[in-house]
Amino acid sequence: MRLDWLVLSDEEWVAVRLSVKVAAVAMLCSLPLGILVAYILARGRFWGKSILNGIVHLPLILPPVVTGFLLLVTFGRRGAVGAFLYDWFGISFSFRWTGAALACAIMGFPLMVRSIRLSIEAIDQKLEEAAGTLGAGPLWIFLSVTLPLALPGIVAGMILSFAKAMGEFGATITFVSNIPGETQTLASAIYTFTQIPGGDAGAMRLTLVAVAISFAALLGSEAVGRILSRDGRAS
Amino acid sequence: MTLIVEARHRFGSFRLSAAFSAEGGVTALFGRSGSGKTSLLRIIAGLARPDEGEVLFNDQVLLDTSAAIFVKPHRRRFGYVFQEARLFPHLSVRSNLLYGRRFAGNTLTGANFARVVEMLGISQLLGRAPGALSGGEQQRVAIGRALLSGPRLLLMDEPLAALDEERKAEILPYLERLRDEAGVPIIYVSHSVTEVARLADQVVLLEAGKVVATGDPSHILSGRVASALDRKEAGSVLSGVVEGLDPDSGLARVKIKQRSLLVPSHGLSAGKAVRVHVPERDVIIAVSEPQGLSALNILPGRITTLKRDDDTVVITANCGGDEIFARVTSFSSERLGLSLGQEVYAVIKSVALER
Repeated sequence: MRLDWLVLSDEEWVAVRLSVKVAAVAMLCSLPLGILVAYILARGRFWGKSILNGIVHLPLILPPVVTGFLLLVTFGRRGAVGAFLYDWFGISFSFRWTGAALACAIMGFPLMVRSIRLSIEAIDQKLEEAAGTLGAGPLWIFLSVTLPLALPGIVAGMILSFAKAMGEFGATITFVSNIPGETQTLASAIYTFTQIPGGDAGAMRLTLVAVAISFAALLGSEAVGRILSRDGRAS
Repeated sequence: MTLIVEARHRFGSFRLSAAFSAEGGVTALFGRSGSGKTSLLRIIAGLARPDEGEVLFNDQVLLDTSAAIFVKPHRRRFGYVFQEARLFPHLSVRSNLLYGRRFAGNTLTGANFARVVEMLGISQLLGRAPGALSGGEQQRVAIGRALLSGPRLLLMDEPLAALDEERKAEILPYLERLRDEAGVPIIYVSHSVTEVARLADQVVLLEAGKVVATGDPSHILSGRVASALDRKEAGSVLSGVVEGLDPDSGLARVKIKQRSLLVPSHGLSAGKAVRVHVPERDVIIAVSEPQGLSALNILPGRITTLKRDDDTVVITANCGGDEIFARVTSFSSERLGLSLGQEVYAVIKSVALER
């Protein structure tokens, strides 16, 4: 028996690499905003907090196609935000890999915010008060006390966002289509294989890759979690 | 240093309306739980804002509600030791101690760190995690952390309340060293007569949100002034000077006005001014000089007051100028036929005077 069918073709490698790039960029770029929104939701007392919370969670409950379509309408070349960004900064999202990253970031955002928010809410605010009496201002308290104590939740949120981005399909394909080498991620490539006769072997190869990456992300997050909880005890 | 505090605040049905001033040394805010001690301390620290009030430190206005002045807690440079240690769990003991260093300005040097660590006896703990320390150790680290932030004033909110008796006894000597060596004025909140008698230079007595008395600990803590006292702790507080130590018996002779007391000598040195807290329920009254008794302190005196309190009688005996209180049952008071002006002996076990 030959194992040739396990070897990925160049096009398939491109889809795998693109997927990892899109997921990583989506995760890293949404992280600062995710921490900020999570902090506001955890600590803020203001009118409209539940509305902000609702908006953040919207991508989780809307059909992905709807999210993708809304992105197309707002961030497309002729969309309100898209036209502005293109005219003034030359940034374009439509039918580019950056668009795929944007779609993935938005789809993963509720998961990331939820995880970080929960860990910020679990922090004993008396510790922050104590830091204040030692002379630390609000920003330094946030950096030296709040953020390190929320770290396990932040890492978990990053992993969730990354995993969501790796599997994102509906919003991405609606917003930026399925262009090999530019916007064809792992999920869209598998979908394409299932649409052509004799594509089963290719779909299976990419499926194995997807399983492997997801599994590695899961193991990685558990390892990080172990290290962090050991730090919590020992340092 | 001069601290002037005046605050009025309502929390639901509780009204705080208190004013006091403090000079250097240790000023104790003393009273029952719920008398407003902690609220007042939080107002001094800037952790709470009263409805109306003023806080002045050495002529610097830190709070003036009428002029809308409020200096934020981290700009006041007041150290705060909470009931719970509140150490940062993600930092080692050393990093906890050094947390406030960057804000302390130039007042801190390496020698200072070494001195504080030595004074609090925490040098073996530096590399450990806060979670791995006992309650008493955690509280000592918290005190060190506050000291090393270079505070102009140290605010301590019942730092021993969360600890058991043994841990309290372990920390009290460190607090005395802190008072004598660190040179930082302290506002000390407590409802324990023993702690306040040992540590305070001045006592501010709070009751139901109001200051009812201010002054020397022996005056405020003794007798019936402090109705804020727990009955368990009520008694007299006698000022005296250590005359001498007896290393063989482990006792020290403390000269009070005309008499002297034998107390456990732990942590005492000759010539030191001390206050001895004599809990009224630990005093036995005898109508004739007792013989063959294990108690070491037998003080002759004269009954000046007899006051009924439920099924007990509180007796005041004037023993050579010092007033000693004894709480006995009405039954034994009647059996002995105690009356005003009677010559009696106040009997106190030295062990009951364990400081």
